[in-house]
Amino acid sequence: MSTNKQTKLSSNKKAISKTWIVIFKIVLIIAIYVIISSLVRFDILNRQYKALLVPIGVNIILAVSLNVVTGFLGELSLGHAGFMSIGAFTGALFTLNMDMPGTLEFIIAILLGGTIAAIFGFFIGVPALRLRGDYLAIVTLAFGEIIKAIIKFLNLPSGKDAAGNVKMVKGTMGLSGIETYADYTWVYVALVIVIVICANLIKSRHGRIITSIRDNYLAAESIGIHVSRYKILAFVIAAFFAGVAGVISGHNVPIIKPNDYDYNKSIDILVFVVLGGMGSIKGSIIAATVLTVLPEILRPIKDYRMLMYAILLIAMMLFNNSKFRAGLNENKSLAKLTGLLKFGR
Amino acid sequence: MALLEVKNLGISFGGLRAVDEVNLNIEKGQLYGLIGPNGAGKTTLFNLLTGVYQPTNGTIMLDGVNIVGKNTYEINLAGIGRTFQNIRLFKNMTVLDNVKVALTNREKYSLFSGILRFPLYFKKEKIMNDIARDILAVFNLEQEEDTLASNLPYGKQRKLEIARALATNPKLLLLDEPAAGMNPNETAELMDTIRLIRDKFNITILLIEHDMKLVAGICEEIFVLNFGTELAKGTPEVVLNDPAVITAYLGA
Ligand SMILES: Nc1ncnc2c1ncn2[C@@H]1O[C@H](COP(=O)(O)OP(=O)(O)OP(=O)(O)O)[C@@H](O)[C@H]1O
Ligand SMILES: [Mg+2]
Repeated sequence: MSTNKQTKLSSNKKAISKTWIVIFKIVLIIAIYVIISSLVRFDILNRQYKALLVPIGVNIILAVSLNVVTGFLGELSLGHAGFMSIGAFTGALFTLNMDMPGTLEFIIAILLGGTIAAIFGFFIGVPALRLRGDYLAIVTLAFGEIIKAIIKFLNLPSGKDAAGNVKMVKGTMGLSGIETYADYTWVYVALVIVIVICANLIKSRHGRIITSIRDNYLAAESIGIHVSRYKILAFVIAAFFAGVAGVISGHNVPIIKPNDYDYNKSIDILVFVVLGGMGSIKGSIIAATVLTVLPEILRPIKDYRMLMYAILLIAMMLFNNSKFRAGLNENKSLAKLTGLLKFGR
Repeated sequence: MALLEVKNLGISFGGLRAVDEVNLNIEKGQLYGLIGPNGAGKTTLFNLLTGVYQPTNGTIMLDGVNIVGKNTYEINLAGIGRTFQNIRLFKNMTVLDNVKVALTNREKYSLFSGILRFPLYFKKEKIMNDIARDILAVFNLEQEEDTLASNLPYGKQRKLEIARALATNPKLLLLDEPAAGMNPNETAELMDTIRLIRDKFNITILLIEHDMKLVAGICEEIFVLNFGTELAKGTPEVVLNDPAVITAYLGA
């Protein structure tokens, strides 16, 4: 009886602190936005750093969504940029050829780009994820390159010319004249939505299933989980958000080219996930931010920039795996603080 | 009608007949033991019953339905739960989540309810927490619900695996060496727990065990496998005094 009461009491306490955490997170989300917009409004950031705001947000969306597949499901995907590319080109083709009010047009473009990317994700995931082993890595690697080649090969309708005829352009040239709808407000709203959805997913029934498959697929099957179905689900969700990120990045600058979304981009995204920690949403956010800003900070050292970037990357990886870092995690007060900031896991 | 009826079940790995011509009849509500020397084919038999391996011949009838050819997850839905000889927990998940994930086919809500946190999400999560905690309490694991499964001591990991299998509400529970690596005290406690869950959850249990005391103490009937074939079956007194069993297994 008494233990029953105790657990009830402590669960009440838990519920109360949970509401506080939710309030804290909402305040944090608003506060960060206010800070960013004041940095922009009062010209505290110079032009170069202002130009980084959208890429940072896009990279966060990419990293968090790839983490669903690589960190939580435990499958290696090397084609995230391929889905991004599908989103970018779908979205740009839509806004170039439609004549709607800007906001509506852009929202539809985002949803459309995500959906088309998700459909591709489904058709790639179905054969690749039914097999055990690292087939997904190979298939997604090929997929990214194939998408690039296909877009280069196509003739794309790119709006109308002065006479009212549809202009066709070669895919290799990419698309130009895209409305640059995507400012930092758009990307901020999108990334908050993506993070909340991914964090909620992980803490839901479906997220538990996904992590259980990563930890032990045979045990997952033994408790009645249709493993391949949930693998595909995770993969499709990630592809959708990669598509969304693609649409946003495609509307940040007036020109997009197929080569913008190649294998190297996929690897960059994977690096965010690995550095931030597999299965840590917070880690993905931090890593994507730091690694997007870092090349800009290193710009003054010119020729040594990429060298320094690589060295810092290795140093950060080593730090993340160090005893010092593990000690920080074990420190209770620190754990409480980071617990408050925790979105996923 | 028997709950589980296995006829002429066999599987070959290359030239090795790991399980050969095995027949089993399992009645509802009983506690069965499966014994045999190392490499006799006990675990392989479990893997056949749960669809991890496909048999080369034979039938497996669960409640009158042939489950040969079904996937592992379908067989669990049909009513067979199991544990593994080499523990297979979801190591990076908490104790509570290990059990909750096994409730997945019992308490459902849609993907959208989950990611958009509809009221159904909170309602079902609460139900799942309650059921999972009740099951954990049976195994005295309720204090550890927030611990990562990999941080549990060995004996508790074995218990958690049983708890997880139970959460799927099986008709038949297969336990592969549940007492392996436990000390005598833990083993005695586990025996009580196994008996308790049979009664409380009204299920049928088939367990593989090397610990003779445990088998003789709680099983109503014992099957003995040797080189993939049936060597003997019957009550513990009969089987454990069978000269063939003594030479093949106990004498070794
Ligand atoms: N996947 C497999 N491929 C090849 N041979 C296998 C496979 N699984 C099991 N075997 C073989 O089948 C035989 C029976 O193995 P099994 O694991 O069923 O024995 P067991 O009775 O459970 O033994 P133990 O008491 O050691 O757990 C062994 O000779 C084993 O090597
Ligand atoms: Mg075995």
